[in-house]
Amino acid sequence: MSAGQTNRAASGSTRQVLLAQNRSSRGERLLRFIRTPGGAVFVLLLALLAAVIAANPSFGEPGSLIRFIGRTAPIAIAAIGQYFVIASGEFDLSMGSVVTAQVIIAGNLIGQDESRAVPVLLLMLVFGAFVGFVNGCVTTLLKVPSFIVTLGTMLALLGLVMYWTGGAATGNPADSFRQIGRGGIRDVPLVEVLPYPLLILVGIAATAFWLMRRPFGRALLAAGDNPRAAALAGTPVWWIKTRAFMLSSLAATVAGIILVGYAGVHPSVGRGYEFTAITAVVLGGVVLGGGRGWVLSAAAGAFSLELLFTLLNFLGVESTWRDTVQGLIIIVAVAVAAQTWQRKRRGAPPPTLKIPPTPPGTTA
Amino acid sequence: MHRKVRTRITVVAATSLLALTACTTDSSIEDPPSAEAAPAATEAAPAESSDEWFDQAVYDTQDEQRSATFEGDPAQPYLQYIDGAMTDTAAFAAEGPQKVCFANASISNPWRQTGWITMNEQLKALQDSGVISEMETRDAQDDDNTQISDIDYFISEGNCGAFIISPNSTAALTPAVERACETGKPVVVFDRGVETDCATSFIHPIGGFAWGIDTAEFLSGKLQEGDKVVALRILPGVDVLEQRWAAAERIFEENGIEAVDYFTGADPTEIKKIIADELATGDVQGVWMDAGDGAVAAIEAFEDAGADLPVMTGEDELSFLRKWEETGIDALAPVYSNFQWRTPLLALEKIFKGEEVPAEWVLPQSPITEEDRGEFLEANEGMPDGHYAKFGGEDLPGYPTVWQERQIP
Repeated sequence: MSAGQTNRAASGSTRQVLLAQNRSSRGERLLRFIRTPGGAVFVLLLALLAAVIAANPSFGEPGSLIRFIGRTAPIAIAAIGQYFVIASGEFDLSMGSVVTAQVIIAGNLIGQDESRAVPVLLLMLVFGAFVGFVNGCVTTLLKVPSFIVTLGTMLALLGLVMYWTGGAATGNPADSFRQIGRGGIRDVPLVEVLPYPLLILVGIAATAFWLMRRPFGRALLAAGDNPRAAALAGTPVWWIKTRAFMLSSLAATVAGIILVGYAGVHPSVGRGYEFTAITAVVLGGVVLGGGRGWVLSAAAGAFSLELLFTLLNFLGVESTWRDTVQGLIIIVAVAVAAQTWQRKRRGAPPPTLKIPPTPPGTTA
Repeated sequence: MHRKVRTRITVVAATSLLALTACTTDSSIEDPPSAEAAPAATEAAPAESSDEWFDQAVYDTQDEQRSATFEGDPAQPYLQYIDGAMTDTAAFAAEGPQKVCFANASISNPWRQTGWITMNEQLKALQDSGVISEMETRDAQDDDNTQISDIDYFISEGNCGAFIISPNSTAALTPAVERACETGKPVVVFDRGVETDCATSFIHPIGGFAWGIDTAEFLSGKLQEGDKVVALRILPGVDVLEQRWAAAERIFEENGIEAVDYFTGADPTEIKKIIADELATGDVQGVWMDAGDGAVAAIEAFEDAGADLPVMTGEDELSFLRKWEETGIDALAPVYSNFQWRTPLLALEKIFKGEEVPAEWVLPQSPITEEDRGEFLEANEGMPDGHYAKFGGEDLPGYPTVWQERQIP
């Protein structure tokens, strides 16, 4: 028997197993999902939520819970944006600076003049898309590693902000514009108020979910997994990746719009956002290097991360430990994810595949 | 700022590289690290850190100076001083306009920007009257090393008739200031201090302890024993800021007020998060700030949470004064007199004439109370939120447009 035949036989049986998996009941599929890094983050999220509520029961009241979700929304949105770039096999380090730049643009150009809100909002979106376009083009067409490109963009934008503001806070934009990040739908039963950032997050998450099921999403993962193969299969890899960068910068822009409302104008707003977003994405089980991961897991990663910080805060751990915790999370989460995915890549069936398609007792 | 950014990039790069190369581990993501650390760590930590900055003798001096009488015309607070040792400057008397070299720590916060604008308007006035030919300025962007090389550049190549130094930090800049003194030219230091008295004059408002006493006594008077105060601090390690907290913390402790302190970096997102978490764990009756940057975000956090607004101390930044008036909270605006930015140039005017100047030029520093607030808001109408009420430049030529439009040179 030749090696080729063995392989064919092996892949045949794998196909059968996969088929059986797809036909298995909803409950089983859920169970299997939870065992992947992208699913485990939801378990982690619930566990952390329980721990926070145990540490401080008043946090569990619907009112404070909904406010927590509202204030974490910009981080989750940034994580969703960063997901696209990471899934395509790249990094976006310019995210935090884009947030800062947008906050400063809003503060300086809108000022107290409400009539400027809409034009400036459009300008901000165009500017966000433009930054992403530049990042994407330089990365894909000039073949500069995205790590370096976005590092450059990050510094360039920060320099611009420093030049513009001298590093100090300027006045806040009109209150009506700030309502996007600060306000909400009032008099909602049970939760009192439904913050706009939460609604924006839901909208963006739904769009991202839909996008990942479209050909764009499939091509994105293919390009992240193996860009050569994707290119040979006819995928315009440069345009796919460039769009991922644009989505990332646009997500940073939306986060900036929310933050300028929530917090106000200050050059420190957005500081460290790229790092937080990458941590959240990695915590959501998305593989650095691209090709694998679920977009909603990235958002769940953002919430888990913030819950963890809240928990540490409630337990009286000094906030100076935050960076250490964040660093450890990245290492641990990546290691766990790498272990799980690598097993699949090497061809050895992962533990879940060993579940027999037929009643227990028989071997596959 | 710059240095911080670079450090962070290194951290990001290093961690990501580590992350990329990490291969095996048995840890599970389901047990987050250090979640079981001991509670009450926050209460224990600040006590030791503030002891380091507490100096009973200086505290007592500043406490007395709060009620001292100042020499000079109260309409020109930037020229007032507390009677004390004077420096004889006859040797520095000079003919004709002189070149001044200014080593500035930074203009990275609204307080410094306001002062910088005022200083430049004062400069124009002195150029017109033929006292100063030009002022060469180097901005160290919050970096000690940059400022040291700036000063050394001035010494060797600046061709300076006099030095003005606003030190970035106390210990690190001392040798550079001493080198400037050795040139035999007049040296004026203002704002933060250095550990040498070689300067011709050291100009500063009363100081951090006075700020701490004013604010903590105000809050203690308004609050009950057992009430909780959240202290929002900008950053550690700067003497004028550390002394504010060192004094306040002591007074809170004496009055049985529970105070927890946080470093915020003046980031409004951080401030909101801190207050939101504090309000989720229990009631907060007071907010103390070591500088007003971000005061509005703190009040907004109470509004967003639907909680009772706190008794509060901020600063004389207009954003805070306006929010204070709008919300009607019980508050005090301590002042770290911004008009001190005019004084170094005016001191040089005296020095070039050979007139004596105070060796330690202590400027008035009195908080804005609820009674004065209306008056200051009216006087500063049309000024942007980042402007400081006691900027003291009303009689300068560019008033008010230069400050309104934030024309930063």
